[in-house]
Amino acid sequence: MKPIRGGAGEAGQVAARLATAPRAVSRGSLVHRLLEDERVLGVLLLVPTIVLLTLFIAYPFAKGIWISLTSASVGQAGEFVYLKNFVKVWNDSIFQRAAYNTFVYTAIATVAKLALGMWLAILLNRHFRGKRLVRAAMLLPFIVPTVLSTFAWKWMFDPTFSVLNWSLYQLGLIQTRIGWLTDPTLALGSVIAVNVWRGMPFYAISLLAGLQTVSPELQEAAAIDGASAWQRFWRITWPLLLPVTMVVTLFSVIQTFADFQLVYVLTGGGPANSTHLFATYAYQIGIITGLLGEGAAASLAMFPLLFVIVVIQLWYIRRVEGR
Amino acid sequence: MAARGSSGSGMVEGALWRKWVYFYVPMTLFVIGTLFPFYWMLVTAFRPDGELYRPWRASNNTPFWTLHPTLEHVQNLFGQTMFATWLWNTMFIALVSTVIALFCGLLAGYALARLKFPLAGGLGTSIFVTYLVPPTLLFIPLADIIRNFKLGDTPWSLILTYPTFLIPFCTWLLMGYFKTIPRELEECARIDGATRIRAMVQVIFPIATPGILSAGIFAFTLSWNEFLYALVFLSSPQQKTVPVGVVSELIRGDVFYWGPLMAGALLGSVPVALMYSFFVEHYVAGLTGSVKG
Repeated sequence: MKPIRGGAGEAGQVAARLATAPRAVSRGSLVHRLLEDERVLGVLLLVPTIVLLTLFIAYPFAKGIWISLTSASVGQAGEFVYLKNFVKVWNDSIFQRAAYNTFVYTAIATVAKLALGMWLAILLNRHFRGKRLVRAAMLLPFIVPTVLSTFAWKWMFDPTFSVLNWSLYQLGLIQTRIGWLTDPTLALGSVIAVNVWRGMPFYAISLLAGLQTVSPELQEAAAIDGASAWQRFWRITWPLLLPVTMVVTLFSVIQTFADFQLVYVLTGGGPANSTHLFATYAYQIGIITGLLGEGAAASLAMFPLLFVIVVIQLWYIRRVEGR
Repeated sequence: MAARGSSGSGMVEGALWRKWVYFYVPMTLFVIGTLFPFYWMLVTAFRPDGELYRPWRASNNTPFWTLHPTLEHVQNLFGQTMFATWLWNTMFIALVSTVIALFCGLLAGYALARLKFPLAGGLGTSIFVTYLVPPTLLFIPLADIIRNFKLGDTPWSLILTYPTFLIPFCTWLLMGYFKTIPRELEECARIDGATRIRAMVQVIFPIATPGILSAGIFAFTLSWNEFLYALVFLSSPQQKTVPVGVVSELIRGDVFYWGPLMAGALLGSVPVALMYSFFVEHYVAGLTGSVKG
């Protein structure tokens, strides 16, 4: 058998060289025969993936359920306490606030990201000078480590040295400073704003990819028929983009719902525990306080909604693929 | 400016003022809004402390620029903290976990795209579902498991756990890619005597290079940016990654060292931003590919 060297992307050459290779004689060994069997090879190729995912996803998930049913704390296995942790967490006013926050956070941030992302995608789909540069730059918030860019926001929101307050004051819009992160009613709004800033580019770039597959002739034909820009958007662009929009939105809802970093950096759940999300509160109980059982229960509270979204996601993908 | 409103998907046509209202003004606001925090990072990183901590209403406050740029914060960052070590740790962990994820993803993606075997559909769906499992759901039991495996406070705690969210993504992206490669190519190779594995490695994988590059770049940025697992699994300063190091070592109680913090944020972002700028198209392909599933 001649050795075959495959250069990147040189499929044709490889195939050509293979064509000149002598036909293989029967391979006696059992290993070879097994590797030629699709059923064996298929499973074999999946082994590394299955091992890693079982060890670090399936096993922790099962273990998480178990821990949530025990009184475990750091260094102590604890004993089985049935649903006591769930009951305790459920009646905890901070947890209730965290649950409320998580839903508000997810709902507002998702709608804002979708609307702004769609708008930006439509703007970016036009031809203008420097388009490539602008498009690349717009994705920066999504590329840069979230924690690091969030610190820039925290510094912009600083109670004493806030550049936002300075600008608003110079513009004559405010006289006293605004506590972007220290005012309990405002803090959640500020966190949502940063989430929108970070997540919107993901929507914009994904939707832009979808927009580029929409034929311009459709738009032109509708425009000739007298449809307004608004009508063209809702009658042509939106329906054609719906599959991409659905997948992007469901994916982003999961990320937003399970968010941790923004709140951890910006407010740490404060002021007065008014901005906790499920994840940050679970971290607070489980890691900082060390009550693993209760922490696991608080984080598992996310599961029902995540499950529903995953099912919708799967169902939708099947339906789109089935067509 | 040479913007043409008539270019098909443009939503605006007609008078010049409409172009301004419907295009230039919103576009400019988007650009400023998106990039300002990065500009703010940059200015802060090079602004001397004396200017940094001026009260917001002080008349001599010039927040948007500085006339006395200084390298003091950057020197602080490298001299007083282990920032260089954190950079190295982050790089090492991101690279190794990306390689592991690519290896697993290539094999799994190929198997799911090309081979018929029992449970293929079920396994494919399970891998997709794990892609949707957020780390925040698992970090508490995982911390316990990492401790039991004696991996706590080592880079391996992250190198082995990061692939859990990278593999599903790589698998799905590469699976899509493999499906676009004509079957005839490998059938040809097999008729000529190549084994299945040989056909896979030497015929199909080279053709999939752009897909591998997309998946690799995307995976690298994801692991570079990861925060929660690194925060929970690592404890000693010399083991930390950039995001965790910056959070835990540049904030003491209520005191934020904003200069070094912003310098750290800037320098911690530059490697991914650079890599991204070289491979924008691949990154975008990875991003949109991951969405299509």
